[in-house]
Amino acid sequence: MRNITGKQLIVGGAVLAVLIILPLLIPPFGQHVVILTLIFAMCGVAWNIMGGYAGMFSFGQAAFFGIGAYTSSFLLMTFNVSPWIGLVAGGILSSLMAAAIGYPCSKLRGHYFAIASIAFAEIVRIFFNNWEMVGAAEGLTIPMRQESLANFTFNSSKLPYCYIILAFVLFALAVCRLVSTSKMGYYFRAIKESHEVAQVLGVNVVRYRLYAIMISAFLTSMAGTFYAQYILYIDPASVMVLAISVQIVLVAMLGGANTVLGPVVGAAILIPLSEYSRAWLGYKGTGFDMIIYGVLITAISMYRPNGVWGALAGVVRREK
Amino acid sequence: MNASLLLDVQGASKYFGGLQANEDISFQVSGGQILSIIGPNGAGKSTLFNCITGFYRLDKGRVLFKGLDITNRKPHTIGKLGVARTFQIAQVISDMTVLENVMTGGFLRHVRVGDVRLKAEEVLAFTGLMAKGNYNAQALSVSDKKRLEVSMALAMEPELLMLDESMAGLTPVELRGMIELIHKVRERGITIIVVEHVMEAVMELSDWVIVLNSGRKIVEGSPKEVVADREVIRAYLGDRYDAVCP
Amino acid sequence: MQILAQQLVDGVLIGLVYSLLAIGLTLIWGVMNVLNFAHGEFLMIGMFLSYWLYTLAGVDPLFSIPLNAVALFLLGMFIYRFIISKVMTGPPLAQLVVTFGVSIFLANFAAFIWTPNYRFIGHTIFSGTWHLSGIILSVPKVISSVGSILTSGAVFWFLRHTRTGKAILAVEMDREAALIMGINTERINSLSFGIGSALVGVAGALLATHYYIYPFVGGTFGLICFCIVALGGFGSIEGAFIAGIIVGVVQTVGGYLFDPAYKVAIVFLMYLITVWIRPQGLRG
Repeated sequence: MRNITGKQLIVGGAVLAVLIILPLLIPPFGQHVVILTLIFAMCGVAWNIMGGYAGMFSFGQAAFFGIGAYTSSFLLMTFNVSPWIGLVAGGILSSLMAAAIGYPCSKLRGHYFAIASIAFAEIVRIFFNNWEMVGAAEGLTIPMRQESLANFTFNSSKLPYCYIILAFVLFALAVCRLVSTSKMGYYFRAIKESHEVAQVLGVNVVRYRLYAIMISAFLTSMAGTFYAQYILYIDPASVMVLAISVQIVLVAMLGGANTVLGPVVGAAILIPLSEYSRAWLGYKGTGFDMIIYGVLITAISMYRPNGVWGALAGVVRREK
Repeated sequence: MNASLLLDVQGASKYFGGLQANEDISFQVSGGQILSIIGPNGAGKSTLFNCITGFYRLDKGRVLFKGLDITNRKPHTIGKLGVARTFQIAQVISDMTVLENVMTGGFLRHVRVGDVRLKAEEVLAFTGLMAKGNYNAQALSVSDKKRLEVSMALAMEPELLMLDESMAGLTPVELRGMIELIHKVRERGITIIVVEHVMEAVMELSDWVIVLNSGRKIVEGSPKEVVADREVIRAYLGDRYDAVCP
Repeated sequence: MQILAQQLVDGVLIGLVYSLLAIGLTLIWGVMNVLNFAHGEFLMIGMFLSYWLYTLAGVDPLFSIPLNAVALFLLGMFIYRFIISKVMTGPPLAQLVVTFGVSIFLANFAAFIWTPNYRFIGHTIFSGTWHLSGIILSVPKVISSVGSILTSGAVFWFLRHTRTGKAILAVEMDREAALIMGINTERINSLSFGIGSALVGVAGALLATHYYIYPFVGGTFGLICFCIVALGGFGSIEGAFIAGIIVGVVQTVGGYLFDPAYKVAIVFLMYLITVWIRPQGLRG
């Protein structure tokens, strides 16, 4: 654990100031890209807690994202429950689901864990795709309501959404930092090295893995609820697909797994790149943007497998 | 004697398929002792370690630690109760610094990061790794890795420390250092069990030695008694024994 | 009862094709510990190859098997040589992700040049059905299964009885030891990747006789293959063969007993329950 230095405080403050001012200056599509970037930054930070620190490479985060989106939307539409309460309810439900699936998988590592996480997310997706009560494959259209913070609804401008998701990301970063600098963070890293080493050091591996999965699921679910309130339309094909899970992994990997801020940097590079390339290349519906995306993923894995943040942090350290 | 009885292994047996890795092994360790377990390769020493520390399930027998039955408890529970161990091939957390490795052990008894850091620094000063506290654990030499593993174990504030071949592959100078360290650890009141091949270390360190061969305990006694025992010599030298001592 | 028997037979028939697909994947996984997420897309390419040979040159899918095998072998070697081998020494996460990139690229590239439409090969030399005491057997499906068994058998034989095959098994068992014994492990890697891909090429030709052909056909097949391979146990060829049949039966019979919409979910659920009980798979 290192205390935050004055220099880091200044840099962090500057970045935050830019993020607060930037949305004021750019057109709605730019604001939309900022919001998507921050959504995936949050998911990346959440993935990092279980993947980067505890070494569980989940390719099934879309399940938690989707459960978050569906829980708040369903509660709102059926029982008129505030999305803010839905946010917490979705988080709790996701954490419970995470525990339920994490426990039987507590011995799985590496590829086996990755496959199990995909299997889990696919089961959840197929289930929602056929569940009439939540609209099955047609999904849910969240009704417009009175514009207010309490209603988590803003019709006239995207700006409030920008600032809400920014606050969410800061919350996720605070959680990640708290975890990584405490007993839990040390135990997660021990588990990532090897279950044997962790056990010898007195770590209850099963329990700490569950902590990591549950925290990660809660934060991912929050991002899902936000997405539902922002887009106002959800279906399994948009919030629960493997592509979302992969995007989350990519964001974390590109930024640099195992660092608190890495996923934010990763999202800031990947999401604008893919959104603008979609806007420019994908307008004919030819999927040309996805071809570029595939090349991008391959290139990142080949040439930046440790993420850009690691390289950046190395430069900063050398300066001192 | 019984008042200070720390570890009591009763009839421990472990089978892998048809192979008996451990067969009816019993021994006791009192507080403050250094006990050595020796025997030729494949005698079942590491298996015994793994059975005591909960990594393998015993097929028969019991293990009592401070009178408490710890047979087949989870490894982390046994660690919490006060048993720390090292591995034959030193296992450390490779993407952490030396200090962070030791801190990970320290979290077993302390929660606050500040306390743990103090504890870890104290342990590193004791084991002589203080100067390398900021090194990446991966970058250490074999000897320092073994020292780091002992440091991690000590940070858990154990009552019993079990060392699996901590001297294998060390240079004579490093060997001296490790023997001194083990003496120092004992002076702190920590009981020690070592599995060892280096007879020089066994002779110098041990209060008591047990000898395993083919999964069974064949002899136990003081180091002097054990090395003079014909059966031990036969176990180590096999048939050549008869040629040497008709 | 009659219907159940029918489902059982259909399950075994599709399961045998899964087996062949999974053997290719498990060979790659076992030898170099790489999980190839593009495996399903390799299958898609194999199916399209057969489709175009049929449409443009009138070649029956069954006759395109050798060509498919060679083409996919080369594609596999190419992708290993220029992409996979570059990340083998990198962090484990990059090894998992890199093939995702290849898979997204291949599927969307296919959609770009061939449109995302569904295609179907209407007539092959073996069409129609056989009736066997009330059970209907689709001839192309039976031919596919037989083809799968023969190909799988050939792979078994190759691995057990040829020098190269034994070298592959040696690397799978212990890479370090194989290296010391003088086996060129880099060559074995690219060869295994090629062979694994060639098997998918064969499966593609077999499936093209009776299955819809479209750029995103690989997705579900790929995911099911992962389950089969993990179920069979790390790198186990026999395990993959058996697990393929099990998965085929569970999918078809499960889909019939519960709801066809859930047939893939049932396979995944079975996988999760199995690894809960046996984390190392059936034969690991």
